[in-house]
Amino acid sequence: MADVVTYREAVAEGIAREMRRDDTVVCLGEDIAEAGGVFKTTVGLLDEFGPERIWNTPISEQAIVGAAMGAAMTGIRPVAEIMFSDFLACCWDYLANEIPKVRYMTGGQVTVPLVVRTANGGGLGFGAQHSQAVENWAFAVPGLKIAAPSTPADVVGLMAAAIRSDDPVVVFEHKGLFASKGDPAPADHVVELGRAATVRDGTDVTIVALASTVPTALAAAERLAADDISCEVIDLRCLVPLDVATVLASLERTSRLVVVEENPYQGGWGGTLVSIVADEGFDLLDAPIKRIAAACVPLPFADALEDQVIPNADAVADTVRTLAAY
Amino acid sequence: MTEPDLLAMYEQMHVIRKTEKAAHDLFMAGLVKGTTHLASGHEAVAVGASAALRPDDYVFATYRGHHHAIARGAAPEECLAELMSKATGLCQGKGGSMHLTKASSGMLGSYAIVGSHLPMAAGAAWSAQLRGTGQVAVAFFGDGATNIGAFHETLNLAAVWKLPVLFVCENNLYMEYTPIGTVTSVPNPAADRAGAYGLPGHVIDGNDVLAVHDAVAGAADRARAGDGPTVIEAQTYRHYGHSRSDPATYRPAEEVEHWLARDPLPLAHSRFTELGVDAADLDAAEQRAEQTVAAAVDAAKNAPDADPAEAFTDVWADGGSAWRT
Repeated sequence: MADVVTYREAVAEGIAREMRRDDTVVCLGEDIAEAGGVFKTTVGLLDEFGPERIWNTPISEQAIVGAAMGAAMTGIRPVAEIMFSDFLACCWDYLANEIPKVRYMTGGQVTVPLVVRTANGGGLGFGAQHSQAVENWAFAVPGLKIAAPSTPADVVGLMAAAIRSDDPVVVFEHKGLFASKGDPAPADHVVELGRAATVRDGTDVTIVALASTVPTALAAAERLAADDISCEVIDLRCLVPLDVATVLASLERTSRLVVVEENPYQGGWGGTLVSIVADEGFDLLDAPIKRIAAACVPLPFADALEDQVIPNADAVADTVRTLAAY
Repeated sequence: MTEPDLLAMYEQMHVIRKTEKAAHDLFMAGLVKGTTHLASGHEAVAVGASAALRPDDYVFATYRGHHHAIARGAAPEECLAELMSKATGLCQGKGGSMHLTKASSGMLGSYAIVGSHLPMAAGAAWSAQLRGTGQVAVAFFGDGATNIGAFHETLNLAAVWKLPVLFVCENNLYMEYTPIGTVTSVPNPAADRAGAYGLPGHVIDGNDVLAVHDAVAGAADRARAGDGPTVIEAQTYRHYGHSRSDPATYRPAEEVEHWLARDPLPLAHSRFTELGVDAADLDAAEQRAEQTVAAAVDAAKNAPDADPAEAFTDVWADGGSAWRT
């Protein structure tokens, strides 16, 4: 096994592991077969599993996700790829009205064990319609589970949990992390949905992050350590189930909270998280809660502009300093 | 088909008609809340199609779906109880009129976003193809759904993948309050589009239960043989308005008169007697239907109300609704 693997390789590895253990797992999506996916996240799957299990589709997002739903209701575990998360808007009926509701509105008569995986987020200069972090769209809909890994090992472990789940799971793969490297996942690695990871221990300030903002938070924490500010960094890994308990437990040590999101401040997931902290953890706090999220504008194209919109380590470090001094 | 088959179809058509009348009356009496989209007039489509399917085939319907639930085995009592927010309803009060479902007999739901279930039916057919079960899936939809993107995406995908799926349009001439012909580029909104996807498209008399049966049986055979999807456009007419609040005054009197003269129930009566079924046996079947629905209304009225605790069940496969630690 290689010493390190890329996040991109981990996506295909995570899917392949589940396809080896369960022959009802089938993939569908645009360009996922011979081409191996536009982000090369499905490379090798067609060769190993053949066209009976790796299905290229037309550019038809409603048909892709709707067909995945029908298959999931009837004995298959589909893994549907939506190439860019922005395109979820093209099939949002299925994510908002159909998949999360059908079990409930039928009184539990059907289950929908499917995965919708999609390349999410910015930082690569793809402009306003190919760069959004839209995990908050899914977070607005009761009935969807949401995973967003930040490391190659978590990609494999969360993919396993998502595919094995009898509930619908949206897996947000971060396109800015595809080239990043990390430890390979151990054999049979499964990361339970809804279990946050404390990725750096600290005592002064808790930084809660998700996917791309985890390396951002860790970079800020490293810088702040030089100033004797000790940050605890929590990688939520999932938005639903939301691991509030891990956040509150951290605040018992630090009493200060910064939440770092890539989705827009307006309607971002951090709003829900901090409202719970304000409600249930107010007595733990010694300072105001701070949210750092994307600016409430469409994602611009030019690097100099995009850098203004997406949270970076400088912004996180500056905010933590003000909190630590509070 | 045998005489008992024909009598069973006739009785089922009357069960549907009388259930819809009961739903209407219960609504007027204030015992059904929200809205209803009644299928009186569409009975031949559901009953004819269901009689042509295997018990393990899949059916997906729309918010106008009471007839499909009953045709696939839902009891009138559990349908009416669902409309009346009762604990004994098909969905324990979490679905209502627009979401009647009887998954245990392959009726995989009624969907209230127009056209949304066509991809699901294709997916169920894909699943059957992958598992090699020989099942087919049927999507029933209205004429209005033929102008939705999901209809076109699904016909293409189903054709390319040669899926064992049937697309059965119940063309009742009106997209809600608007004549479908005034907002559609072709005269037969479903069948005329089939050719664009290389699929056969048939226009049939949707009020003739035997015509529906034969068309669906042929398409199902074709699908099971691996020859792919068929589009069937069943011409029919609804006897009530679009929904509870619609008196349907936009429909010309002579058009209504024309279609009421082609009511699928008397039509079935004459078709079946021509085939040698005794009229007295048909009338007895109608009487049984009357008794069945009267008993269903009583049972639904006397059933306990939906349990408030049900509001927090069945979101997840573990039966619960927890979203956080």
